[in-house]
Amino acid sequence: MGESAQTNPVPMRDSFQPSTFAFDAESEGAIPGILAKYPAGRQASAVLPMLYLVQNQMRRQTGSAWVPIAGMDEVARRLDMAPIRVYEVATFYFMFNLKPIGTYHLQVCTTTPCWLRGSDEVVAACRAATGIEGWGETSGDGVFTMTEVECLGACVNAPIIQVNDDFYEDLDGDSTKQLLEALRRGEPPKPGSVKGRQTSAPEGGPTTLTTLQFES
Amino acid sequence: MAKVTVDGIEVEVPNGSSVLQACEAAGKEIPRFCYHDRLSIAGNCRMCLVEIEKAPPKPISSCTYPVADGMVVHTDSPMVRNGRRGVMEFLLINHPLDCPICDQGGECDLQDQAMGYGMDHSRYAENKRAVKDKNLGPLVKTVMTRCIHCTRCIRFIAEVAGVPDLGATSRGEHMEVGTYVEKALGSELSGNIIDLCPVGALTSKPYAFVARPWELTKIDSIDVLDAVGTNIRVDARGPEVLRILPRTNEDVNEEWLADKSRFALDGLRRRRLDRPWVRRDGKLIEASWSEAFAAIAEKLHGLTGDRIGAIAGDLCDAESMLALKELMASLGSANLDCRQDGAHLNASRRDFYTFNTTIAGIEEADAILLIGTNPRREAPVLNARIRKRWLNGNIPIGLIGTETDVTYRVQQLGHGPVVLNALNEAFAGKLRNAKKPMIIVGQAALARPDGAAVLAAAWRLAASVGALTAEWHGFNVLHTAAARVGALDLGFVPGANDKSMAQMLDGGVDVLWLLGADEFDTARIGDRTFVVYQGHHGDAGAARADVILPGAAYTEKPGTYVNTEGRVQRGLLAVYPPGDAREDWKILRAFSEVIGHTLPYDTIDALRKRLELVNPVFARIGFLPRFGATDQAGPAGDPVALSDTPFVPAIADYYQTDPVSRASPTMAACTATFATTPLVAAAE
Repeated sequence: MGESAQTNPVPMRDSFQPSTFAFDAESEGAIPGILAKYPAGRQASAVLPMLYLVQNQMRRQTGSAWVPIAGMDEVARRLDMAPIRVYEVATFYFMFNLKPIGTYHLQVCTTTPCWLRGSDEVVAACRAATGIEGWGETSGDGVFTMTEVECLGACVNAPIIQVNDDFYEDLDGDSTKQLLEALRRGEPPKPGSVKGRQTSAPEGGPTTLTTLQFES
Repeated sequence: MAKVTVDGIEVEVPNGSSVLQACEAAGKEIPRFCYHDRLSIAGNCRMCLVEIEKAPPKPISSCTYPVADGMVVHTDSPMVRNGRRGVMEFLLINHPLDCPICDQGGECDLQDQAMGYGMDHSRYAENKRAVKDKNLGPLVKTVMTRCIHCTRCIRFIAEVAGVPDLGATSRGEHMEVGTYVEKALGSELSGNIIDLCPVGALTSKPYAFVARPWELTKIDSIDVLDAVGTNIRVDARGPEVLRILPRTNEDVNEEWLADKSRFALDGLRRRRLDRPWVRRDGKLIEASWSEAFAAIAEKLHGLTGDRIGAIAGDLCDAESMLALKELMASLGSANLDCRQDGAHLNASRRDFYTFNTTIAGIEEADAILLIGTNPRREAPVLNARIRKRWLNGNIPIGLIGTETDVTYRVQQLGHGPVVLNALNEAFAGKLRNAKKPMIIVGQAALARPDGAAVLAAAWRLAASVGALTAEWHGFNVLHTAAARVGALDLGFVPGANDKSMAQMLDGGVDVLWLLGADEFDTARIGDRTFVVYQGHHGDAGAARADVILPGAAYTEKPGTYVNTEGRVQRGLLAVYPPGDAREDWKILRAFSEVIGHTLPYDTIDALRKRLELVNPVFARIGFLPRFGATDQAGPAGDPVALSDTPFVPAIADYYQTDPVSRASPTMAACTATFATTPLVAAAE
């Protein structure tokens, strides 16, 4: 009948996808501990931590934290799941990067509290420092990838950027610029408030209960 | 039971039913997209909203909500109508308005329900979302922009077909149904997702832009491309069969249809025999019917019955086989055979060669042993029933034969019949402890030199594990040929002193009548044997023939077929045979007159009366009573001991098993696509 009936499907794989993936010794060491958390026969529940394992291993091995299709297939094999069930999970959560990213993954929060506190400035500073134009793109030198994320749950320290697994808080245009310069030098500063305040305590020290004394 | 009042109508439904089922029991139609009574409940389309009194004051999706005693349901209140209208508006936000060029047009759930709940205009001014189409292989065409994410196809492929290839990736606005990594659907039941799709996202690739549903005449028929006897509807326009769809029959195919049966129909238009041919000086020459008959009559003249034989093929209707048998009898011959593959089937008692448990009975079984069969290839729809039983849990399934993925977990017990002598003790114990054990013997186990011994050994095993009781008959033969059981019912087998198929070949007869018989090596026919081929396709048999009589394919004649269970079913004529081709029984009747042995029937009804006289089972159309095993005595053993030669799969390539599928370009495309998958490679 139609000509299309004659065409065979060609596997669609982007050239950056590695053809194989194998867990390294460090990941292998972590797997039994992950699987032990779930009852026998329910090991499919371990799919999320297993995918993180793949992503972290890729960071160790290639400097880019992402989950290749071969890695999802390996997780499916280990957990006795159909590969498509792993693809569904991995594509559902945007914490999994499905293509290679830069060394530093800038996850910029632009949800209302951060926006009110000046996330636009932070975004502009990121763009200026990295040369990245759109969301989800990687800078030409492969150092930064910029992603827009929804609330990261640190509104009292707004605006914030999550760089890989660490939060940098209380940012503004200048401090963002300095942060990125430090990252580019390969000297990630200490995570937390860039203004130096303790977690979400008031700037410049406590404003209430100042008379309380604690025996140390 | 729970008493539920639906729009003032009181109905009683079993506890655990959904509100939607209660509404249906009350005769209220509930619109739905994702809900399907043979699939798990997803509850994600939200179209089946109803209002329930004393429940949360909001529209409630009836497919996911369990009934309670005393529940009062409204299916047509303002809240329900507004709710459904809202759902429809959301569904249409991203659904393209391409009904005029959509193959689903005219039989589209979304189109139909938009008539009831859709608005006459759209309030949505933004761009519609567009989704890249997926390549799911040569059978299913996708237009994924039309997808409304009901997930029926995902659930069918994962649950019923047992080949979890489809999924929903990404989320929200970006959710897409597909395989993620491009691949063809590796299921023999994949065509059913076309029927399940409530919109035009999944349509038939070979049928794309061919016809509109209202142009088609729809004729009920029976599929003959495997031995399940799937009930089908043949959709034709003028002289052409354009598509084949399943009909619901709970006892046979539920509402599924195997891919070969659905898509091989383009083979019905190719390589057809549409006029008689006679071989003169080594070349086939076009001839008239009278010339062809005269050539055969001349050859038959002076021959005694023992020099004449007939072989019936795998797609024949019972009527034509009876006519051929009686024609042979009038010539003094009982050299008849229907077992082209040489299967050692024992026709002495009906339960020696039928699927006695019945297909619906599979759901009651509590242990299954497969001997020399791969039901996934030989009877995909029946295999889905075994998988359904397996999904219900707690059933050991053993396999003696080639290791393959049959879509459920089987315990591999060995590869050859010798295993039957010393069956794995743990598994034998499970069979003995089972209340309703099933033994399924495939053609691969019978079509071999020790086939009769395997049959006898399988029966002995069935008897010894208690599979043969007055209430339960657990001995089953799974056939691959649609005509086989009917032929055995008619006695289309040689008597003790007559020639079997093997004896007719190699010059054992002078005239050999092939009724659609193509599934054997025609080179084995003796050089001097005069071959009459009566059939519909120019396949192996016609190539060797001295006279070709063009017959009708299964869609072109009314015919009676007996499926592997022994269920007698009738198909109707959907289109007329091409050219000079005629219905097969009429050809035989006409020829009998030429040689002066006129068969005593002028109409198909008279022939069917005759059929009932030959075997009363032919009077029982459609209905098949369940039999227990009345007689424990098994088929006669065979002196040949069980060998340790492994069983060879009965079907090497699922997509090329008969003249119709071999002539089909769609099936050829399937072979090309799937030949590389490990499953087929393993089967070959």
